[in-house]
Formats: sequence, C-alpha cells, structure tokens
Amino acid sequence: MKSLFALLLPGLMISDLALAADAGSRPLNWNAIGMFLLFVLFTLGITRWAARRTRSASDFYTAGGGLTGFQNGLAIAGDMISAASFLGISAMMFLNGYDGLLYALGVLAGWPIILFLIAERLRNLGKYTFADVVSYRLAQTPVRLTSAFGTLTVALMYLVAQMVGAGKLIELLFGISYLYAVMLVGVLMVFYVTFGGMLATTWVQIIKAVLLLSGTTFMALMVLRHFGYSTEAMFAGAAAVHTKGQAIMAPGGLLSNPIDAISLGLGMMFGTAGLPHILMRFFTVSDAKEARKSVFYATGFIGYFYLLLIVVGFGAIVMVGTEPAYRDASGAIIGGGNMIAVHLAQAVGGNLFLGFISAVAFATILAVVAGLALSGASAVSHDLYACVVRKGKATEQEEMRVSRIATLAIGVLAIILGLLFESQNIAFLSGLVLAIAASVNFPVLFLSMFWKGLTTRGAVAGSLAGLVSAIALLVLSPAVWVNVLHFDKALFPYNNPALFSMSLAFLGAWVFSVTDRSPQATQERGRYLAQFIRSMTGIGAAGASKH
Amino acid sequence: MPAPAASLQHPKNNYKKDQESAMTPNDIESICKHPDFQQLVRRKQRLNWSLTLAMLVIYYGFVLLVAFSPSTLGQSLSGGVTSVGMLVGVVIVLLSFALTGIYVYRANNVLDPLNDKVRQECVQ
Repeated sequence: MKSLFALLLPGLMISDLALAADAGSRPLNWNAIGMFLLFVLFTLGITRWAARRTRSASDFYTAGGGLTGFQNGLAIAGDMISAASFLGISAMMFLNGYDGLLYALGVLAGWPIILFLIAERLRNLGKYTFADVVSYRLAQTPVRLTSAFGTLTVALMYLVAQMVGAGKLIELLFGISYLYAVMLVGVLMVFYVTFGGMLATTWVQIIKAVLLLSGTTFMALMVLRHFGYSTEAMFAGAAAVHTKGQAIMAPGGLLSNPIDAISLGLGMMFGTAGLPHILMRFFTVSDAKEARKSVFYATGFIGYFYLLLIVVGFGAIVMVGTEPAYRDASGAIIGGGNMIAVHLAQAVGGNLFLGFISAVAFATILAVVAGLALSGASAVSHDLYACVVRKGKATEQEEMRVSRIATLAIGVLAIILGLLFESQNIAFLSGLVLAIAASVNFPVLFLSMFWKGLTTRGAVAGSLAGLVSAIALLVLSPAVWVNVLHFDKALFPYNNPALFSMSLAFLGAWVFSVTDRSPQATQERGRYLAQFIRSMTGIGAAGASKH
Repeated sequence: MPAPAASLQHPKNNYKKDQESAMTPNDIESICKHPDFQQLVRRKQRLNWSLTLAMLVIYYGFVLLVAFSPSTLGQSLSGGVTSVGMLVGVVIVLLSFALTGIYVYRANNVLDPLNDKVRQECVQ
C-alpha cells in the first residue's frame, strides 16, 4: 500500500499542474505552489519519521501520549484557527465590521469552560476516544455504538465542509481545478494519517499553527505600520471609507434576536466541547496536568490570533477595499469575499508573501482534515471494531490495521462527498456540525462525568434525542426550509437550534435514566463513586506516556 | 490486580481490565472518607464552578448586551472612532486568558500538591 501511494502522489500532482496549465482560466501562482510543495515535502518527511515511531495503538491514536502541554496547546489552537476562521472572520469584519468579532468571541469563550469542566476529567478517565469516558461505567455495546455514530456524523460533515472550502480556495489560489484540488487534499490526508498516525497529524498541525500565527502577526504589524501604529487611526480610516460608516464599530443585525443569539452562543461554546477531533487531543498528553496546560496555551494562541484578525479585517477595509486593483469590472472583490485576507497579504508583502499565505491556507485545511479523519477512523477501529465487534479481544495490530482501512474509506468518502456537495453552502454545513456536536456528544459526555444517575438507557436516549432534534430543527429553520428548500414560511423560527436540541438531549438523558429501574441501572449508578475518585485524582488512570 | 477489582467497572469492560490498576470497594470507601480527599474535592469543585460561572456571566452578559442594547457598544470610547464594543471585545479575550491562567496557577500550586498527597496516602 505504501509504494502505491508513493507512486500515486507525485503522479497526481504533476498531472494536476499540467491540467491546470492547459485550462489556463487563471494564471498559476508559482510562488504559492513552490511554497506549498515545500510544505508538503517537509510534512511527508515528518510522516516518514512518525511512521517509524508509530508501533503501538497508543502511538497511532495518541502520539504515544508523550506530547507536552505547550506542543498540544499549539496543536489545539491549530485545530481551531482553521482556514474558515482565518479567511471567514476577516471577510466578515471587512463586510460588517464589529459583527465578525461576535463569532470569534463565541469560539474563544468555550475554551475556559472546557478547561474548568472537561479537560482534566477527560484525561483521567479516557484512553483513545471520548466514548471511553462515556462508556466507563455503562454498557459497552450500546454506548459505543451511539458515540461512534455521533463521532462519524460530526467528523464526516465537518470533513465535507472543509473539503468543499478547500476545493474552492485552492481553485482560486493555485489555479488548479476543483476536482484535482479535492483529490489532492484527500490523498494527502489519507497519507498523513495512515502512515504517521496521531504523531504526524499533530506535528503537521503544530507546524501549520506556527506558520499561520507568524504570517498573521506579520500582516497585522504591516497594517499597523501603515496607520502609524495607531489603532484609532486604523478604525477612523476604516469608518471613513466603509459604506456603513461609523456603524461598523458597533454590533449590527447579526444577533438582533435574543433567542437566536443565546442559541448560537451555546452552540459555539459547547459545540467545540463535542468535536471528536478536539476531544481526542486531550489523550495525547501524559496526565491531567499537561491537559490543563494545553488548554491554557491554546486559549492564549486562539485569543491572540483573533485579536490579530481585528487588525487584519479592519486594515483590509482601507488597504484592500479602496484599492481598485483588487476589484473586478463590476466592483466586486476578485475571487469573492473570502479572499480579503489573501489580497491583504499581497498589499502588505507583495507576491512572495501572497504565495506564503496561500500555501499556509492550504496547509491549514490539510492539517484540520487529517485530524478529523483520524478521529473518525478511531471511532470505527477502537469503538466499533475493537470494543463492539471483537468485544475487546482484538490485538493492537488488528485494531491499527482496521483504523488504516477506515482512514482510507473515510478519505474516499470525503472526496466523493466533496464533489457531490460542491455547490452547497459551507457556512451552513459548519453551523450544522457545531450544533450537532453540542447536542449529540456534549450532553452525554457531561452527564456521564457529573451525574451519578446516568444509565446506559439514558445515555443512548440523550444522544439520539440530541441528534434527531438538532437535524430536524435545522431542516425546519429559515436557513434551510426557506433559503434552501424554498418554502414560504419556516416551521421553526430560529436559525440556531442548539438551545432547544441541547435541552432535549439533557431532558432525554434525564427522563430515561431516572425511570430506569433495572438491576443493571442500579449497578451502573453504584460504579459512579469509583469513576468520580478517578476523575478527581487520576488514581488508576491509564498512563499513556509509559509506552 | 486481583479479580474482585474488575467488578467495579462494568462487567463487559474486559477491555480495560489489563490497562488499569483498579480499586477495591475498601479502597473506595477509605479514599472517600479521607479528609484530604474531601478537601481536594471541595476545593476543586469550588474553583471549577466559580470560574465557570464567571466565564458564563462574562460571555452571556456580552451576548445579551449585543441583543438588547447594541447602541451601548457602539458609543465612542473617548471621543474618537474607537467604540466601547471594541474595548469590550478585547477585554473578553484577555479575561478568558486570565481566567484560564488563574485556574492553572491555583491547580498547579494548591490542588496538585493536595492531589499528590491523596494519591500517596491512598495508593500503596
């Protein structure tokens, strides 16, 4: 399999470039392609290094559990500061000013909560996946099945959103066709994960986070220099040239409805705590102390990044918005609104820096999809295969083989879905993912750790209630029912279902737990104390680092 | 570890047995009654929940302000263009970081030593 990939990969890229050159619809960006190739070569080198060190299942799923809090913090930050937030939030600030900040703050405010309530307990209780934690004192088969289902749903949908975004972005940045862009992302993703496992995935993420943070820092510094290092001058300049004028300095219509505002806030805050590829990152450190440090560093990096984006977004209003070279004949921004940050890169650093930022944006997508694919694959191999199908009797080699096959299958599926959903709205898909993660994974994970009364029946009922209600409410919301399906009036008045679907998930788990009078439920409640002691003190926790 | 230990986890959790040093019912009882453990739990929970509450108040206070009184955030900060909301946004970023900092500091310097003590005294 290894040699097949080695043959396939360069072949694909050469034909890629050749085809794109033939198409000639957009000039190839050689700076960007050169830097991107450099990044790919470097990360393939890392994958090779990681492949040699990845021997046990623990190596594969959790990078041997030996990462430091600082390294893991960078990787977590890398997962959060994706291409979507870099390009999307700066574009939102360019268009609407202050409203762009609201999204950034929602994601950021979730991190302290994750630290205070979840991170350490998760590390003390789990091994490879968050289903380890939920099924700790409950029946394995039903809980693992529902958790794996939740993980796969979230991971696949998120993958599709990233794939579609990647294809569009790469089409623009590199002049490669959508089909080849999606295939390139899929193949590289499978390559990193199958051979390098979590170790390669994490280092790709760390390198990308450093590149993106330093690139954005440079952009922000150049913008500030343009305005004589005065943010007041920058805001004044932006308000003077923006069509909305002074209004860009205040919240606009984005969150005018209180219910929608709170619901969106809940979804963003707790959706993050339900994303399987993020939860998995807490198992890559040696103990609760390092898990704690990783969140501290991650919060710092994410916060710093969003502060930079304010400067990037508002600076672009002046430096890109007033520059006719970045607009086409009809006055629209070339390449669409999401290209603001890329144009700004050229404005402050010329073509070479434009190439650098384009390559980093591509690298960002690769790193995030690799983490997603790994979390999906681990749900298949660890939760479904090793724990449900083989009842824990599978050897580590068998489990790792299944996870590699699963990665390949997920890669193929992601490419196909990416092609099918080419014209779908990415923002909608991403919102769907966070709402589902907040409703399916978070409530049950939270209750399993904090509530003695949770039983197997309650956990399964809660997950399903969250999943069904989140999807149903989204379909009935104005965003889908009216805008996509073109009905006259939405059956559910709000665009953000999290407030309602999370409540239903908690309610479902509670009702089906307290009414569960079976002897098995009594035993499950009885095992809470041992779980509580371990979650508090780490006594008996699997020390992944000793491998 | 002896066989009875496994009974504390779910009977079907065979998978975990070989990976963990499990606790016997006696262990659990003695840990729960241990004054240091009780103090650890009390302090940890107080720290966790008070900081969680602080973060929720900060963030949802902001969300409600956005929903009900956006003009407050749009006021000029000091006569210039920079608005109150811009400062509030930056302050929320800094507060999030500061709260995690407080937590890490307290956990490393107060709770971890206590935790180590409990582990030493309860697990031979």
